[in-house]
Parts: sequence; C-alpha cells; structure tokens
Amino acid sequence: MSQTTMIVGLDGSDAGKRALDFAKTRAKLIGDCHILLVYVIEWSPFSFQTAEENEKRHARREEELNLAHERVVGPAVQEAEAEGCSVEGIVRHGDVAEILEGLAKKREASQIVVGRMGERNMKERLFGGVTGRLVAASTVPITVIP
Amino acid sequence: MKRFITSGIAATALSLPTLAAAQEAVSFDQKVNDIFASSTGWFVNLIFAPLPGTAFPWIVLWLVVAATIFTVYFGFIQIKAFGHAISLVKGDYTDPNDAGEVSHFQALTTALSGTVGLGNIAGVAVAVGIGGPGATFWMIVAGLLGMASKFTECTLGVKYRNEYADGTVSGGPMYYMTKGFKERGLPGGKVLAVIFAIFTIGGALGGGNMFQANQAHAQITQITGDFSGVITGVIFAAIVFAVIAGGIKSIANVTEKIVPFMGVLYVLAALIILIVNYDQIGWAFGQIFAGAFTGLGVAGGFVGALIQGFKRAAFSNEAGVGSAAIAHSAVRTKEPVTEGVVSLLEPFIDTVVICTMTALVITISGVLVVDPATGNFVLNEAGTAIKTIDGSSGVALTSAAFATGFSWFPYVLAVAVVLFAFSTMISWSYYGLKAWTYLFGEGKKTEMTFKVIFCFFIIVGAAAQLGAVIDFSDAMIFAMAVVNITALYFLMPIVKREMNSYFGRLKSGEIVKHEQ
Repeated sequence: MSQTTMIVGLDGSDAGKRALDFAKTRAKLIGDCHILLVYVIEWSPFSFQTAEENEKRHARREEELNLAHERVVGPAVQEAEAEGCSVEGIVRHGDVAEILEGLAKKREASQIVVGRMGERNMKERLFGGVTGRLVAASTVPITVIP
Repeated sequence: MKRFITSGIAATALSLPTLAAAQEAVSFDQKVNDIFASSTGWFVNLIFAPLPGTAFPWIVLWLVVAATIFTVYFGFIQIKAFGHAISLVKGDYTDPNDAGEVSHFQALTTALSGTVGLGNIAGVAVAVGIGGPGATFWMIVAGLLGMASKFTECTLGVKYRNEYADGTVSGGPMYYMTKGFKERGLPGGKVLAVIFAIFTIGGALGGGNMFQANQAHAQITQITGDFSGVITGVIFAAIVFAVIAGGIKSIANVTEKIVPFMGVLYVLAALIILIVNYDQIGWAFGQIFAGAFTGLGVAGGFVGALIQGFKRAAFSNEAGVGSAAIAHSAVRTKEPVTEGVVSLLEPFIDTVVICTMTALVITISGVLVVDPATGNFVLNEAGTAIKTIDGSSGVALTSAAFATGFSWFPYVLAVAVVLFAFSTMISWSYYGLKAWTYLFGEGKKTEMTFKVIFCFFIIVGAAAQLGAVIDFSDAMIFAMAVVNITALYFLMPIVKREMNSYFGRLKSGEIVKHEQ
C-alpha cells in the first residue's frame, strides 16, 4: 500500500498545535503516514505597494520565510520527528485556503487537518474565514480542531 | 505626469492676499521668482522652444518621434503583446515558488500611482479647452505610441538593475546607461547617467513635489476659502516625512488603498455620466474625429488640436521620461521583457482609458460653449481657448463637467486631487532618492539629507505661486526625456534581442503558464 499523506495547517496558535497533535495520533494509528506541516504567510500579489516596499520586498520575503521556519515550522517538525513521525515542513506566501487545497491535490493527500480560527475582521465576518473557505472548496476530507 | 497649466482657481486664490502672511509670501515668491527666472529662463526656453515657424514644442516632437520609432522597430509590440501583458499581470506566468515577491501587478500599480493624477483630471481639461475635442484623438494616438517607449525603458530598467547583497534592488535609466553602454562598448554612458540623475532630482523636487503641493493647496482653498499655503505645506510635509523618513507604513498603506479606490471611483463616475448621456456618445466621438482634422473653429485649428493632444499625453503618461523604469525595476522576474510588456499597459490605462473618459465627459457635459448657428465652438475674449459656461479652465473645468452629472462630485474630486498629489509626491520622492543615491552613494545619512530637502520643498511649493520655479522643474522632467531617449536609441538593439528570444521561447512552448 502506498504511503498516506496528511496535511496540517499551522499558524503559530494553540489551535494549530492541537491540529498537529491530532495529526500525530492519527499518523501513528495509520502507520505508514507522512505529515506535511504547512505554514502560510498571508500575502496577495494584487495588493498595492509603494516603490520603496517593492525595492525591499525580496529581502523582506527571505526574512519572513526564515522567521516562520525558525519559530513555528522548525520546532514543530523537530517535535514530530522526535516522536518518530515522518514529517516535512513547508512555508509559503499566499492565501491559506488556496495553498492548502493546492498542496493536497499536488501531493495527493488523503486529508487536511487545521485548527479552528475565529473571524478576525469584518471582511472575514462577511465572506467567511479561512477555515470556512477551505471547507467549502476542498476536494479532500477536512478535520477542523476546535 | 500630473501637471497642468495653472488653473484660474489657483491664480484667484493666491491673488487675494487677505492675510498678512499671504502678502509676505507674495513678496517672498516674487524674489524667488525673479532669481529663478533670470538664472534658469534660458533652460526653460530651450526645452520648450517651438519648432521654427510653429507653436509646436520640439520636446513634444522628440517624444512622439521616439515613440513612433520604437513602435515600428519593435513591430507594433503594443498590439502584439497586449493580451500577453494582461496574462502576465494576472499572474499566469508567475512561478508559484516566487509567491511573496513583487508581482507584475504590484510593479504596474506602483508605477501607475506616479502617473495617474492631475494630468488625467486637469491636463485633459486644458487640452480639450484649448484644442477642442479633436485634441482627444491625438492624445489617444500619442498614448498608444507611448506604450512602445515604456516597453523599451522598462525592459532595460529590469535588465540592468543593481541587486545588492542584502536582497534590495535599485534600477532605472542611470543603471542601464552605465551598464548597457559598457556592454555595447559605447562611450559616455556614465556622463549620460550623471546628467539624467541631476535632471531627475530637479524634476522630483519640482513637478513631482512643488507643483503637486501647489495645486493641492489651490484645490483645498477652493472649498475652504483662502488661507496661507504654509499651513497646507507644513501638514503635507509632515505626513510625507512620516512616510518616507519615519517609515510610518500605516499612512502609506491607507494611501495605497484610497488612491486606487479614487481612480476607480473617478472612472465609474465618468462611465455613469456617459451611460446617462449615451445618446450623445456618438456625437462626442464625431466631434473628436472631426475636430482632430478640421479643428471645428478652435484656437489654432487642427494643428492646435494636434499640439494640445500630443503635449498633454506626453505630460500625463511620462512615456520616454525614464521615471517608470525606476518604478518597474523592483519586480521579481527572470525575464526583463515581461516587465516591459506589462509596463506598456501603463500609458494605455493612463492616457487611452482615463484621459479619454475625462475628455468625453467634458465634451458631453456641454461646458464648452458651441455656436448654435455654425455648430462650431466659440472662443473666449482673448481668443486663446474655447469659451466655457462658467469661464473655468483646468481642474475647475473638469469639476464643472462632472458636476453636471453629480452636484457633489467637485468635493470628491477635490479629495481625489489632494490624494493623487500625495501619491505622486511619494512616488517622485523615491525617483529623486534613487537619483540622489546614484550621485552621492547609498547610505542612511545621504538618504536622510535628500528626504529633508524634499519635504522642505513641499512647504515652498504649497506656500508660493512660483511660476518660474515650476517651469524650470517641468523643463527638468522633460530634459530627463532628452537624455533617456538618447540612451534608448543606443540600447534598443539589446531590447530587440531580448524580445525576440522571449517571444521565440513563448511560441516554442519553452515558456509555459504555471498551474497555480
């Protein structure tokens, strides 16, 4: 039987940690399971920026990627590896729902596990938060951890 | 570029020196004017000199001829690559692994925020007011040709930018002049770059700063009544300083969101007025086409329409000036041609779409007085422009035209003018800074010196009616085009090589769309 892949969305919050714990338990039960830990830095190519921001964008992006690896993904990967899980950490810029869904397709994941996130602002109240959009668009089963 | 001939409002507002401060300012202005006029008048006259026997400034011909040459040399790239430009802006060809880098859309909108503004609102009113609706036709022609100039300069801007160890980038004509000339084994690149940088600093302090502050103040006083420009200047300077030197991102962020919103609102308002008067659109286009070749009785006849159209398009979209090459060079792409292709949308949006909207609204609104007997336009007493229903010109004419559709629109327009002026200042502070650091080296102290000078000039610009200073600054911006286009002629074979290679690979399927 081929290896099962499970995607876990991290956001540095406690809910994200609980999602990882849930995934680790499931992975151990499944046996041959690979966990993909994904941290998404919210970013849109269609936002408006000043010339100075554009000039420094490349450097800033590197910084953001390093910080995310250092503070969130790196420690989570270490922790999961220490428990004997097969795990890989990924940091991407973009829309959380789109990236998790895209990766699920590309890596043929069997499910996505995310922590529940509250609606953070008016826009999310009106159009739904990340979790809601992900559930609405996903092609694989999703587990939302409260 | 956001420049227009000083409107009646500005002149009226500043000719009513009810406050003692204003009177002092006038005498101060007079002194500065005199010193500037006597020492720089020759330069202004040189740049804006008409061709012998005509009223056609040679600098406008210089820009239009260059745009035509680039159009032919690159095989009508503006038509050929238009669809591809939209695909690139949509992100179809962006590698998903580059997410988080400056996108084509961001580079385009940053450059646009430097050009969309007063030129589109007031410059067009000046063109139509003097040259009649026919000026619109020539403005569109110049806008379409200018797309090829942008393509050339922005491709080079990305190709020869400097990438530093800390990940930041610096680009623009200074860099393609030095590196590109060296690569082709041509002498004089460094000299051109230094001259260009000097003109850019002058243009940034003048047209990109003092003129903007001056017109923003004129707009504010139209609504609030007259008060000292020093107050507007200090407030503007403080906000600009907070953004460019203090790194107060929140202000920049607010502007970034409001300015495009204002642009969209402006176009929407124009569209609504056009839809409501849909039965006159055919007539308006008829006026534009007929006026383009006959003049319909406007000042200077059809030549007047042609000059005004070409002039305002060049002033509005800055194609060939070189400023856009600085703004576009921060994009993340392995193919410089892609940014050149994207940049050709800039004159299209700025001139062909937004300027035409303004021109149509002015024509349809009936603010220009037509002789019912002949159907031709009636000239004002001086015979210099078309008579308007309330005697207004410049931004006030646009305001009056929009007010025929929405009585409250002049208020929105005033806010838009102030915000556009602000965003132009931010953009030009960056262009000026890049030229400054090119001359004096990168470094915190050097940069701060320029930023302080820049903010000081905002106060001077808002407080005074410095005709001579502004003429000189505008001359500086167009002098940038003299140097820049000279360099473009020498470097265009490089762009052609890049273009052929890129489109060849696109055709062969080597370059493909990315699955997002």
